[in-house]
Order: sequence, then C-alpha cells, then structure tokens
Amino acid sequence: MADDLLFLTELLGLKVHDLKGRQIGAVKDAAIVPLIHPSRVDRFLIGGGWAWLTVRHDQIRSIGLDGIYLKDEVLTPYHSDEYMLRLVRDLLDQQIIDGQGRKVVRVTDVTFRIQHDQEGDVLGIIEVDIGLRSMFRRLAQGVIPRGLVRRLQVVIPPHSIRWEHCSILEADPQRRLRLNVSNELLERMHPADLADIVEDLSPEDREAIFETIDSEVAAEALTEVEPDIQASILESLEAEKAAEIVEEMSPNEAADALAELEPQTSDEILEEMEQEPKTEVEELLEYHEDSAGGLMNTEYVALPENATVADAMEALRAHEEILETLNTLFLVDDQEHLKGSVPLARLFTASGVTPLKDLVAEPLLQVDVTETQDRITEIFDKYNLLALPVVEESGKLAGAITADEVISLLRHK
Amino acid sequence: MTWLKRSRYQIAIFLSVVGPGLITANVDNDSGGILTYSQAGAKYGYLPLWTLIPITLLLIVTQEMCSRMGAVTGKGLSDLIREEFGLRTTFFMMIALVLCNFTNVIAEFAGIASSLELFHISRYISVPICAVAVWLLVVRGNYRSVEKVFLVACVLYVTYIFSAFLLKPDWKEAAVYSVKPILMFDEGYITMLIAMVGTSIAPWMQFYLQSAIVEKGITAKEYVQSRIEVIVGCILTDVVAFFIIVSCAAAIWAHGPKDINDAADAAVALKPFGRYAYLLFSAGLFNASFFAACILPLSTVFTVCEGLGFESGVDKRFSEAPVFYWLFTLLIVLGGGVILWPNFPLVKMILFSQVINGVLLPVVLIYMVMLINKKGLMKEWTNSPLYNAVAWVSVIIMIGLTLALASFTVKQMTQPAGSADKAVSKPLAQMQRHHSGGHSLEPDVRESHAAHLIR
Repeated sequence: MADDLLFLTELLGLKVHDLKGRQIGAVKDAAIVPLIHPSRVDRFLIGGGWAWLTVRHDQIRSIGLDGIYLKDEVLTPYHSDEYMLRLVRDLLDQQIIDGQGRKVVRVTDVTFRIQHDQEGDVLGIIEVDIGLRSMFRRLAQGVIPRGLVRRLQVVIPPHSIRWEHCSILEADPQRRLRLNVSNELLERMHPADLADIVEDLSPEDREAIFETIDSEVAAEALTEVEPDIQASILESLEAEKAAEIVEEMSPNEAADALAELEPQTSDEILEEMEQEPKTEVEELLEYHEDSAGGLMNTEYVALPENATVADAMEALRAHEEILETLNTLFLVDDQEHLKGSVPLARLFTASGVTPLKDLVAEPLLQVDVTETQDRITEIFDKYNLLALPVVEESGKLAGAITADEVISLLRHK
Repeated sequence: MTWLKRSRYQIAIFLSVVGPGLITANVDNDSGGILTYSQAGAKYGYLPLWTLIPITLLLIVTQEMCSRMGAVTGKGLSDLIREEFGLRTTFFMMIALVLCNFTNVIAEFAGIASSLELFHISRYISVPICAVAVWLLVVRGNYRSVEKVFLVACVLYVTYIFSAFLLKPDWKEAAVYSVKPILMFDEGYITMLIAMVGTSIAPWMQFYLQSAIVEKGITAKEYVQSRIEVIVGCILTDVVAFFIIVSCAAAIWAHGPKDINDAADAAVALKPFGRYAYLLFSAGLFNASFFAACILPLSTVFTVCEGLGFESGVDKRFSEAPVFYWLFTLLIVLGGGVILWPNFPLVKMILFSQVINGVLLPVVLIYMVMLINKKGLMKEWTNSPLYNAVAWVSVIIMIGLTLALASFTVKQMTQPAGSADKAVSKPLAQMQRHHSGGHSLEPDVRESHAAHLIR
C-alpha cells in the first residue's frame, strides 16, 4: 500500500492542526467543486466548536495519517453551497453508475492520492471503492487502529472504479448543472447496456437521465427498456421531450411504447410530434398489438418492379439511417402492391444492370396485417426468414416484420 | 370506444400491481403463524378472535407505509436505510435479519416435514426434494412466472376456509367474539394474545414488500391501486387466521381445551371430527410452509445484497452475483439440513430468533417512520400529522408487544436449565421420536407458555 494513498474513511476524523500545531478540530466531510476541478478535494469541513469551518485546499501544508497541518488559519464558517459535491453526504453510501462495468453500484469508500506540491499537499480522488475490502475498512475504522486496518485489508481483494468512469446520479436538474453532471459516459454506452442500468434506478433518476440525455441515444435506450418501465419513463417526462424521443424511435417501437400509456398521455405526446412520424405512428396504433400490423415496422425500402441492382444501390445510399438493420428489399408495382422480396446479400454478387426481378426469393411470402403472432413465428421458423412483408387487404405493402421482433416476441412469451 | 379503452386500462393497472401486497400478507401466515392461531383456537376457543381486527389495522398501517415508500422512491427499504443511516447501521441490521430469517426458514422446513409426515412421507424424502424444488423454482424460473405461482399459493389458503366449514363451528359465537374484546388476567391468555400480535408483523415483511413493489415497477401514479391491493392482502390474511382459529375452536376446544405444540398437531387433533377437514388443514400447512420457504430466503438475500451493495437478481448469472446465489443456497441447504440433523437444538434456536426479532423489529419500524417523514425522499407523500400519530402509536404498540414477547422468551431461556428444557421439550421430543424410529418419548409436559412462544 503506497503511502500517498488516503481513504475517505481515514480522512474522516483526522485532526486538523493550526500553524502552531494546536488541534482545532477534526474532518467531518470533504467536498469537490466539479465546475472548478473534477477530482481535487476543494474544501475540508472541520467540526470543532459550535459550527463547522471550511478549509480550502490551498490553506493546507500537509496531509497524512497523523493529521492535517495548515499553513493559513483564516478559516470561514461552513455554509451549504449548491456547487459542492460533499463526499460523505452526497457520495458515500449512494448509488453511482460505473461507466466501464456498465452497472449501478453503491459507494462504500473513496480513495484519494496525496500529491505533494511545493506549496502544500493536495488530495485528488482517484477511485471509488465498492467491494468487500472497503466494507471491511468502513466497519473496522475507529474500532481498531488505522495502521492495523491497512495491514489487515490487504488479504481481501480490492474492488474499485476509476473516478473518471463514474457518473454520479442527481435528480434535481438545477443541481445537475451546478455539479457539472454530464451524460457523456452514458451516451457512449451501448443503448442496451444503458437500458439495463436505467432499469436498476429509481424513477426519479431515470427521469433525470432521460430529461437531459441526447434524444437519439434516449430513443435507442428506451427501445431496449422493459415495456412497463418504458411507459413510466415516458409518462414522467414533459410531453415535448417525450415526443422528441419518440420521434427518434422506429415507428413500430414508438407505437408499441405509446400503446402502453394511458390514452390521454399518449395523445398529448402525439400532439407534440412532427407531422410525418406522427401519422406513421398513428396508423400503426390502429392495429391490434398482437397482429402482424402491430408487429411490423414501416421503415423499409421498396423499389419499382423493373428496377436494377444499380437502382437498388442508389436507394440504399439514400436510406443510410436504416441500413444497419436492413436485410431485405421489396419490389412493388405502381399500385404499391407487393411483387417480390430481394435478400440484400444477393445484390453483392450480381452486376449493376441485373434486374432485381431476377434476384427475388421464391416463393413470395407475405402476411395480412391481421395475421396472428403464432402463424408469423411459424412462417419465420419454417422458411428461416430474416424479414417478412406485411400487406393490407388490398395487397398494398404496409410494412415488414423483422427477425429481431420475432425473437423478442418469443422471449417474452 | 374511449370509455372501453379507459376502463380496460384501469383494470389493467390494477392487475399490474397485484402481487406484492397479497404475497407478503399471505406469507405472514406461515407455519409459525398457523401454529399460533391453532394454539389460540385450541386452548381459548373463540375468545381471542377479537384481536384480529386490531391486528389487521396494525398490519395495514405498517404495510401501507412500506408500499408507499417503495412506490415513491423506487428503492428498497434496505437501500434507503443504507443511504440515510450509513453502512454500519445497515450491516448490523442485515446480520440480525439473516439470523432471524434463517430460523424462520428452518421453521418453514419443519412445517414442510411435519405436514408431509401426516401424508406418510418421511422427512428424509420430503425435505431434500422440497429444498431442491424451492431452489429451482426461484433460481430457474423468471420473476413474473414465479410470482404467478405464488399468487396461486395465496389462493390455496382457501383450504382453511373449507376446513372450517366442514367442522361446523358455532358461527354465532364466532361472530360475537370477533367484535367483543375479552380480557382475562390469565398469564397464558395474555401471552397468547401477545404472541398473536407478535407473529403478525415480522421485520422481513417490511423489506420484502417494499422491494417487491419496486421490482414490480409500481410508481407513485399507480400507488392508489397498489394501496388497495396491500389493504386487501392484510384483510385476507386475517380472514384466513379467523378460519384457522374457528376450526381449532370448533374441533378441539369445544371438546376440551388443549395445548398444541406443533402445527401438525392441530391437524391431527382435527382428525376425529372430520377426515376432509384434517386433509385440508394438513395440505394448507404444507402450502403455507413451502410458500414461505420460497419467499423468506429470497427476500433475505435481496435485502442483504441491496443494503450492502452486492449484485443481486435471479436474472443475473452465478458469476455475476456470487454473494446473492451463495447466500440463497446456504439458507436453503442449512435450513433444510437442520431439520434432518438429529438432536439439533431447534427449539433454542427458535426462541433465540424470537429475541433477535424483538430487538430488530423496533429498529426497523422506527427507521421506517423516520424515513417516510423525510421531505427530500417522499416529497408530498410524507405522512400527514394525523397519520403520523397513528403510525407512532401503532409502532409503539408493536414494539411494546414484541419486546414483551421477547422478554417472556428470555425469561423462558434463562430459567434453570432443567425446567427450561422441560418446558420446551415437547416439540423436541417429537423430533427425537421421528429420529428414533417411532418410539415415543413424550414427556409429561408442564403446562407451559413456551409452547405459545414457539412460532
């Protein structure tokens, strides 16, 4: 154990000495001011006489296990300050998000590094401790001597998270700004991981995250969240913000999410949406949830019957936003009646002038918007499909069901 | 159409919150609860029935606060205690809770063993099979389907109602004594009443209910429906208790008051008065014990892992949540194993848990009322002054009665060794009888209050 490390549990209760070496009190809490520095301990709160005093980081000469020695003893009384993140009050025993391990954890202790500058010692947070070792430290501190705690704890494997991978939770929007809480770590995560994290949080924290996070990320994450939690998140948001997120979702996901809401709330959200996604979602909402219409996605690429591979390539370039999940093209006549499905992979081996008609999958499979779930999964299984077109009664192409829909359908059965 | 949509939505909301309240309240009628109520009916007939109404009210007040905290904060009770009162407090509470619940788990397995022995199934077969079944059901099943299984178990408590009707009790008397408080200054009677209240509220219930509400995703918005469910659960629990007391009063007490030392004893005593009532009573005991043997270990590990910050959840893999799975497995293996262990000091252990219970419950209840009054946590959902008064009074009553029960127990435990052993020896003797191949060593048991204390 390096000597320049200090734990929050050790810091608490350290005696603070003035210039003449007299004790003036003991450390009760420490605070960082994230707007000024993300990890440096900016203030130490000292309890001595009647009130707490504040010691600024630049008033300290040295910090060690034997106590804190000051170089400037003009101390001010402590006043609560919204810009301070107080480590004991706001961090210790609270939940934070571990950005690298992608889960919600509870803080048991904090590890600092003591940096020895020529002007004085400075404490910087390096890690947040969550494992058994820190738990032992917390329980043993004050019961047995500090040195012994340090020696004994070595046998327990440590479990810590680097401070820069931690994202603290703060539900109050104003305080989020003051504490400089950013969603950067969350926005970099895979939406499915973010969704898992969000499910573990309290409704208040969920709302705070979805309120402030980028709408596109929010939409992707929301798609992955369990339906009932999805509904409670959308209901907790302002209709305007909810609409922004719903617009970013694919229409069928959006319709599924809205169908879970109280009719009044979903109407309010629809009201706030842009015209185009709104009509699409509204159309989808008309279908019964368990029918092909309720399952289908209306984001697909359809081409005229006589189009060539080159035309298809061009169409794909124009729909870059859905390429990631696209695997089938559809051919339609001038009445938009479905005429064929072309598996995307076949395009790669064909020359540019080949008519798409020559590449269609046989037989032409399609289902009616009213088709039942069971029948749909059966067709997917039987023909090993990745996508299945859905047509209206008139034969007009209405949308497509993709394999991932079927997978989640089967999983939730 | 909109009307239809709306009412369908309302019903859907109500159904979506059903589970936590009903399950928690029903598990409260576990083998220990059934024993206490059987004892009450067998010894004092219809007289103790009046306590059920105040018990129901106390139960509702505490359970309502837990479910409200769960719905509003979205956090479990142990989470909140950790956040507001720190690690050390939480740690010692969790230790006490594990000890307390562990003895309860043992008692549930004892209930499984004795109820199935009435069907001529040896405990050496029934206990291992049930332990494995409990483990698989909880670990391999997913939460939603398991919850459905539990709700079915709640419905099976109806066996007690049928058995009461089969025994043709004196309904008029039952109705009168349900509302007419009878106090006798008979030490046994007073102890009995205290035991009835004492068994009705346990620390684990508060933790379990709140976590279940959170797990279910119930929020402040659905809270109104959830509260109804919690209240209905509390009432149903005591309705079941009513029929248990009435059954025992009709079949046993009416033909001569009798001491009961084991919930299975009550079933046996019913036998001469109705074969079907006997079967229903035994099946009910098995259902209750098995059900509680699933919920108690699960609730314990969830609470401990939440409070101490370990990964938890049956959707996690073993390597992701080792503490969760190990503790769960240990509780079941040891809990079941103890029943098969000849000469295990089971009764002492149960008395000991009674004492821990008496120490832990006041702390939990006081923390609960403190937490629910924190504006920062509960916003506009804190207790109103009137509700606070009711809550504190209920808490103080509960604490007083639990401490009284615990101190009776301590008195029992600290009595000269010989008489204490004698006082608690009957169940033990029964266990020995099972171990020694059916040869009965039934000693002449001094009329003892210990019998009432063994939950």
